[in-house]
Amino acid sequence: METTLEPARPRKLGLVERLLRVTWLGPAIAAIVIYIFFGIFGGATGFLSVAGTAGWLNTAAELGIIAVPIGLLMIAGEFDLSTGSVVGASAIIVALGSGFYGLPVALTIAMALALGLLVGVFNAFLVNFTKLPSFIVTLASNFILAGSALGLSRLISGSSNVSYRDAGWAEPLFSSKWNFFNVSILWWLLAILIAAWVLRQTRFGNWILATGGNADAARRAGVPVSRVKLILFIWTALSASFVGIMSAVMYNQGNAAQGQGYVFQTAIAAVIGGVLLQGGFGTVTGIVLGCIIYGIVGLGLFYTGWPTDWLQTFIGALLVIAVLTNNLIRNVALNRGKSAR
Amino acid sequence: MTAPLMQLEAVSRSFGNNLALNQVSIDVYPGEVHCLLGDNGAGKSTLIKIMSGVITPTLGTIRFNGEPVTFSSPRDAQHYGIGTVHQDVGTIPLISVARNFFLGNEPTKGWGPFRRLDHKTANRIALEQIRSMGIRRVTDAEQLVGTMSGGERQALAIARALYFGARLLILDEPTAALGVKESKVVIDLIKKARDDGIALVFITHNATHALSVGDRFTVLIQGRSAAKFLRGEKSREEVLNLMAGGEQFETADHGD
Repeated sequence: METTLEPARPRKLGLVERLLRVTWLGPAIAAIVIYIFFGIFGGATGFLSVAGTAGWLNTAAELGIIAVPIGLLMIAGEFDLSTGSVVGASAIIVALGSGFYGLPVALTIAMALALGLLVGVFNAFLVNFTKLPSFIVTLASNFILAGSALGLSRLISGSSNVSYRDAGWAEPLFSSKWNFFNVSILWWLLAILIAAWVLRQTRFGNWILATGGNADAARRAGVPVSRVKLILFIWTALSASFVGIMSAVMYNQGNAAQGQGYVFQTAIAAVIGGVLLQGGFGTVTGIVLGCIIYGIVGLGLFYTGWPTDWLQTFIGALLVIAVLTNNLIRNVALNRGKSAR
Repeated sequence: MTAPLMQLEAVSRSFGNNLALNQVSIDVYPGEVHCLLGDNGAGKSTLIKIMSGVITPTLGTIRFNGEPVTFSSPRDAQHYGIGTVHQDVGTIPLISVARNFFLGNEPTKGWGPFRRLDHKTANRIALEQIRSMGIRRVTDAEQLVGTMSGGERQALAIARALYFGARLLILDEPTAALGVKESKVVIDLIKKARDDGIALVFITHNATHALSVGDRFTVLIQGRSAAKFLRGEKSREEVLNLMAGGEQFETADHGD
């Protein structure tokens, strides 16, 4: 990467430079390498089959519906670790409402989304007005909500695991399958398209980047920094609600304790996808690749037949490598311009 | 002689019991550079915060084009044509030159949900404007601002303020973090803006930089305007003494 010399100015963009502009290059290469790796070691047992492909795509989609907006929020410089509890609480609301109280499913879905909205507003309010780090604020709201969901569920129904009652119309929307492919992949695609449009093509997208890059400078330039954060916190929480609702319909039950995996998985997928941990930098393509990598590793390891105990070790190592590579690429990209004086 | 664009008349500002600015009067003329000199804590930051609408004075009057005005916010001051270039230059390293240039004023096309950024126009104008500042090394509006040098970033911020209609530019120590060559780039930009009829307020610690472009000088010491003079009225030694004199008298921290 560092071997080519800078041409004299005025310069045209060289191949290396153009490649360095493609900021999701790192995660793209990683995804391919990891896919080939598991193709070799898990191909014989079906990793490359339709079922295997659907397996990792389904995982990536369910993670990605939340991870995509989480990535945008992280680009704006904030964390949301409360999504895990919002998933569980939304699932239990739909299950309790429909299965225990016999409410119409549409109403329970509206209630779950209202909870998501409330959590998003609560998080944004605390972050904007107390200036506390969102890491702590949302971690706290994650615990508060997780405990409340579990406690209320036990209090009402005597169990943390409640059956969902069929609505008829909700199933095709949330639990359809083609072959082995879940409908969640389509919902993920929709989330991706909206997020990519917003980040690249709208003023709001520019404000997201600026808010994470330098909030003070953004404020002075007239960017409504607090409103940017509010909208993104609502977006992440609503997405988590959506996944909770989807899982209640798909698995015919809600569990108040489910969803905690999303707390860090979503942030990990975003970081693997090249989102800068301190904000100000990242792409939707990168986040999508981060989700795909997560899906491939999760399912691929299963196909190799190796003990899945090692999954977390693998993810941890991947995270370190991803962060180091992304930093390297970014520094090279920034220094190339400077050295061309 | 032309009329001043902006006048501060006996402006004071206190924070609690601390009088950060004590009856300071300043006239800023179009096509002139007004240098604001003084040590840390002398009241320079308070003064530019008042001029750019971040805070309001406790006492005193601000006139713009002869009319008394009150700035309710930085945005409000910007509407009058007051542009501030801060020490951190108001630019964001990991987004493109064009995205920085138009931040908060992004051009769009289309309507309703299909309203989107007009990247083409933004890129073209940003590149034109920054190159008109004499920055020729920037050849691509999509390059990251982080690839630019400190002087080039100052140029971007100045170009930005001027493009969005600034008639008065407040430059808060634009040369403080720059090397000799880079400082010259910024000094040349100040001269260019002055020749274009812009009114400039130039805050600096560097007497050489001040004397090379300043038309009017105000030295602040402990929140008071300790000296006011025109170009050529004081020698370099006298200016240095004034600035150092302020240091000797500085006893309390006026933390502005």
